[in-house]
Amino acid sequence: MSHSALIDRRTVIDWLGIAPFMIFALLFLILPTLYLVTGAFLTPEGDFTFKNIGDLFSPNILSAYWISIKVSLASSLGGAIIGFFLAWAIVMGGLPRSIRSGLLTFSGVASNFAGVPLAFAFIATLGRTGLVTVLLRDMIGFNLYSTGFNLLSFFGLTITYMFFQIPLMVLILTPALDGMKREWREASEILGASTWQYWRMIALPILWPSLLGTTLLLFANAFGAIATAYALTGSSLNIVPILLYAQIRGDVLHNPNLGYALALGMIVITGLSNVLYIWLRSRAERWQK
Amino acid sequence: MKSTRILAWLAIAIGAIYFIVPLIGTFEFSLRMRRGEYTFDAYQSVFSDIQFRTTFGFSMLMALFTIIFGMLLVVPTAYWVRLRLPRMRPVIEFITLLPLVIPAIVIVFGYLRLYNSSSFLPLTNSTSGTNMLLVFSYMTLSLPYMYRAVDTAMRMIDVGTLTEAAESLGAKWPTILFRCIFPNVMSGVLSGAFITFAIVMGEFTMASLLNRPAFGPYLQLVGANKAYEPSALAIIAFAITWLSMGLLQLVSRFQKTAPVKA
Repeated sequence: MSHSALIDRRTVIDWLGIAPFMIFALLFLILPTLYLVTGAFLTPEGDFTFKNIGDLFSPNILSAYWISIKVSLASSLGGAIIGFFLAWAIVMGGLPRSIRSGLLTFSGVASNFAGVPLAFAFIATLGRTGLVTVLLRDMIGFNLYSTGFNLLSFFGLTITYMFFQIPLMVLILTPALDGMKREWREASEILGASTWQYWRMIALPILWPSLLGTTLLLFANAFGAIATAYALTGSSLNIVPILLYAQIRGDVLHNPNLGYALALGMIVITGLSNVLYIWLRSRAERWQK
Repeated sequence: MKSTRILAWLAIAIGAIYFIVPLIGTFEFSLRMRRGEYTFDAYQSVFSDIQFRTTFGFSMLMALFTIIFGMLLVVPTAYWVRLRLPRMRPVIEFITLLPLVIPAIVIVFGYLRLYNSSSFLPLTNSTSGTNMLLVFSYMTLSLPYMYRAVDTAMRMIDVGTLTEAAESLGAKWPTILFRCIFPNVMSGVLSGAFITFAIVMGEFTMASLLNRPAFGPYLQLVGANKAYEPSALAIIAFAITWLSMGLLQLVSRFQKTAPVKA
């Protein structure tokens, strides 16, 4: 009798040990999110409805999602491709060791240099009176803005986002490229494979889960970002986080529950890309043992 | 092989141009305040702005609280999970990754609805309550980084043996935790602290929507109203990020070369 009571007490203590963490996660992570998710399926009077979800498909909201998806997709693909070449250069390019550690250190900084200051940096560089714009105009008489380029647009936002997307790709992909065994390359060369064949038939089939997975992570990363876009464009570019920001500030959609549905849509998109990322990463890890 | 090296240099050169030009551009712009000559006037203007000092100080304070409370939450949890509840590890790890999945703006939206004046816990009713909520939101944002840093450091020490040794010498739980476990995972605690510092100092979304006078919203305000000061601020912000990451690298290098002996 007393023995079983002792075991029970120990089990209780075991669970009490993580209680603070669980309570914190529940109060400041899970409940707030659940509140919005359930709110998305309720009318303002509290009845169950699918109307809010349906209303997401109105032209204004749909276009916000579409621009967000386009910016996230473009910056994640661009970031992934350039990041891949940089990671490849430092792992397999036969460059001095100092370049590798320099790039990795810089990537650690740049992947965390986001938000409002990043927007300032690009305004000072590619804005109407920015350094590059002025230099191009004065040195070779090329007016960047007459080509239709505008920093406060889809293209400008994509270029700006790549400043933190590329470093993130470099940081995640370098270990994956380090895991490519020298023997695979040598074996393929002995069997007479060209560099192209090595990449097409050996390296890329092994690397594609890492490549695709990291691209998805970059996608989610860009999709949820707001500070850079807000500081860059104010509210002139209609992307989902900025629309949601305006909705929280002043109910611009005139329906609080539609705001919850907007948030739910964001969670679904970032959640899906993260689930796919985790699944692809577990596939990629099979080769890294 | 030679063409590989040329291609590699080319990739690095393009990358370097993309990354360095904005930094040069920002720096150059920040010096342009006085017409016709380069001066540090913009920096002087920033540093003499009382708003700069108060918001910077406020964010520093928030970062400090976030790091202290974050570590008090994360270290005992990571320790307990390794010692007593290894089967809960996947669950805890999943929870710590959630802030990367749920966008910050969605989390703070939930706070505003859940903790407003008519709720069971009306945190946004008072200034101190809202400040607390801001610290909690920053703890949530930094949870993935803090937990990973601490858990990595904890992997290198034998938690079970350390605990048994301390217990057999008659140590109580607070002693074990604060004089035995904490010092041994200090490198993880510091790594987590530096990255948290970098995140909190520039954070915009949470502070702006909770209406707190933090550095991020101040940056946004200056950006909307002034010409040269934003560039100076961007350089300052970059220096802060660089400093935090530099210290982080220093700590992690220290951790590899000199493991703390128990």
